[in-house]
Amino acid sequence: MATPLFARMPSGGGAASLGDYRKAGGYLGLASARETGPVAVGEAVKKAGLRGRGGAGFPTAMKWAAVPPPDGGPRYLVVNADEKEPGTMKDRFLMEGDPHQLIEGIAIAALAIDARVAYIYLRREYGLCARELEKAIGEAASLGLLGDLQIHLHLGAGRYLCGEETGLLNAIEGKRATPRNKPPFPQVSGLWGRPTVVNNVETLCNLPHIAREGADWFKSLSSSNDGGTKVYGASGWVAKPGLWELPLGATAAEIVDRAGGMSAGRTLRAFLPGGASTDFLPAGKLDVKMDFDSVAAAGSRLGTGTMIVLDDRTCPVGMVLSLERFFARESCGWCTPCREGIPWVTRCLEALEAGEGDMSDIEILEDHAKALAPGRTFCAFAPGAMEPLASALKLFREDFVDHATGKGCRYR
Amino acid sequence: MLRDEEKRRIEAEARRYPSRRAALSEALMIAQETRAWVSDESLADAAGEVGVSRAAAESVATFYELVFRRPVGAHVILVCDSVSCWIRDGESVMDALKAKLGVEPGGTTPDGLFTLLPAACLGLCEKAPAILIDGEPHGELTVEKLDGLIDAIRGGANGDAALR
Repeated sequence: MATPLFARMPSGGGAASLGDYRKAGGYLGLASARETGPVAVGEAVKKAGLRGRGGAGFPTAMKWAAVPPPDGGPRYLVVNADEKEPGTMKDRFLMEGDPHQLIEGIAIAALAIDARVAYIYLRREYGLCARELEKAIGEAASLGLLGDLQIHLHLGAGRYLCGEETGLLNAIEGKRATPRNKPPFPQVSGLWGRPTVVNNVETLCNLPHIAREGADWFKSLSSSNDGGTKVYGASGWVAKPGLWELPLGATAAEIVDRAGGMSAGRTLRAFLPGGASTDFLPAGKLDVKMDFDSVAAAGSRLGTGTMIVLDDRTCPVGMVLSLERFFARESCGWCTPCREGIPWVTRCLEALEAGEGDMSDIEILEDHAKALAPGRTFCAFAPGAMEPLASALKLFREDFVDHATGKGCRYR
Repeated sequence: MLRDEEKRRIEAEARRYPSRRAALSEALMIAQETRAWVSDESLADAAGEVGVSRAAAESVATFYELVFRRPVGAHVILVCDSVSCWIRDGESVMDALKAKLGVEPGGTTPDGLFTLLPAACLGLCEKAPAILIDGEPHGELTVEKLDGLIDAIRGGANGDAALR
């Protein structure tokens, strides 16, 4: 089974060196992309069926195609390396294990959109990634591999909203990372009002392989309608939490299997397929193929593809409280429903967990799941926060009612 | 007053962008690196260096979690309290640190050695429960492992004091 993203990572840990990377064909994709030119790169990526790996699954070539033709002014590529979706650690793994793969991917994407400057927005907590990327940028530049492309590392100062692409642009510009209105989309008016494409780390890491091996090969890696492999993960009470590169469309059950099954004495009850802001799916849906369309059809989202497992000895109300505390703290405060609504949700859940709530708290939670639904807030943050809540209220109704009717938490 | 070296670093940062303001958060972090926190004076200095108002600098300083507007200890411990760590008893990590250090989250030990802070997902989910001490990751934590980490830092600090 081909694992193009992980193949060069040293088995004992650490990063693939520039030598290792080039021996395995590294930077040949970039050379070939330079020969064929930007239009051909865009076409290959389209044909390869590459969809964004940051959570939304937007087709990468379509995102690029919205960039207007060059007008002589600057255009920017921004790498979203602000991985802060709870339960998600895949981009860290890619940057720590094979930094040149990302650098080559950046160079190919910059070529495709005719950008001469790229900024990597990296969360500051990823110190090892920062060191590896600085080193890789320096090595690639000193060998002339990057041509006239400048790649700058921009370290974040910590806030989840920096992962939202327009919030991220504000963060780079030295402002609060509140989201911007769309339209105009960043491709038209992004950094300093100039055309800008924001791509996720894992998305970019796929580009060298598409450029070198071709669209048909990339498509054939997948067992879904879209192309490529996917970095999947599992956390929670599985025997061996971790990350695995599998064909896009591997089932959730296969991922749990890679994790060695559940920890001793625990049974899988439900899972969040791709990070904190996805709907719970029950154990009965473990056979779902973990690709964009299949997970959506099952009633959730692939998101980041790093699943968080709920077992039978962990309280679902407590788990949702942990999730909503995160969202309440990270809300940027820009729009009222999110700023006021999520803390209210959190207080209701706290009351239920403490055995001080009643059935009216459950009603308030249900109301919020509707009031903060897509279209009711400025950006996708609050709707994302409501996905695990709304699905939990349906799937674990008995647990919520037990908490609300004085029976307390039976998981303690 | 910012030192020359800090000004030089901020200047190098500002040159990477078409607008100096883009270097604002880094300017704050550079000031913080030397003094462990960002005082009103440092805030004004950083603002002046990149050419924005103090209000603009404060708007950024108060938005980002890693900019400390109050003094912190010599070692800052970020304890992940997000879902993957929570499931694997992350609360016990915070409880053990509170007991061991004798401070509440947000607090600094009286000897000025440690500041204990809750943190959003640190991206160490496969090693849950996890923390960062001075930016370095520590995972698969147990009470014993935490004891060892804290004692090692305390021992080192005492060692330093003995040398002086």
